[in-house]
Amino acid sequence: MRRIISLILLAVVALGIALCVIHIPFGAPKTKVGNYYIDKGREQTGATNIVTSVVVNYRGFDTLGEVTVLFVAAIGVSAVLATLKKKFQKKIEPPSLVLNAGCRFLFPLILFFGAYIFIHGHLTPGGGFQGGAIIASAFLLTYLGCRGRRISESRSKLTESLSGLVFVLVGLIGLAIGGHYFLYNFLPKGVLHSLLSAGIIPIIYIAIGFKVGSEIAGIIDKLVEES
Amino acid sequence: MLAAAISASIFKDLMNAVIASCLVSLIAAILFFLLQAPDVAMAEAAIGAALITAVFVIAIRRTKRYEE
Repeated sequence: MRRIISLILLAVVALGIALCVIHIPFGAPKTKVGNYYIDKGREQTGATNIVTSVVVNYRGFDTLGEVTVLFVAAIGVSAVLATLKKKFQKKIEPPSLVLNAGCRFLFPLILFFGAYIFIHGHLTPGGGFQGGAIIASAFLLTYLGCRGRRISESRSKLTESLSGLVFVLVGLIGLAIGGHYFLYNFLPKGVLHSLLSAGIIPIIYIAIGFKVGSEIAGIIDKLVEES
Repeated sequence: MLAAAISASIFKDLMNAVIASCLVSLIAAILFFLLQAPDVAMAEAAIGAALITAVFVIAIRRTKRYEE
């Protein structure tokens, strides 16, 4: 009986969604703002990657919100895990020589790749979030491969807070100088396709990369410590 | 991708389910790349396939491995 009722409810919900969606034309642009970004994005922001120009420049305030959400999630994880009682440490088997050497060899390479991705965020695909996640995966590799190595908690917190401060400060400086809106692009745009271009976008993306990397690495560190 | 998604919800062994969901993320990342969205593909591959899987595996180690 309950199954039949739930099936009927599911059918009603599916019908409602289908009726809503059926009137939206597929593939046709509903707003003009997307085409505006594609046409004017390069000359207005100086960034070759249009996704980056939207994420950091046109919608920079939303990005600050996203970073804040991640920050709150990291605080939540550490708060939940802090209430658990500490188990006595199980004996961990030391990693084999091959595993240890492989980890040590791959760790700087992955860090380097992550840094490349967020430094070149305004030129090539990728950016602060992707680079930060790749950096965090490098830390994950060390936790899997060479157990016993830990990042210092205070240092990761310091990195996270400093990069968050850089983001907000750059935005406020833009507000003070430009006077129009938060995250005003006050630095010179530079030459298109060069590394030092697009004004504040590389600075913001480097800050986001450090922040996301240290936050996710901190979350993984907390989880690994508890397991 | 569909097969991986369905098997992720069916498997009783949660470790297999996690690996299947990792496969879903990986194929989604490839699809994003083919649909010319490399930014999203990168985020999906790094977060969906690597970090989420690690978090789930750690959570399974803390709890039970088999679903009743």
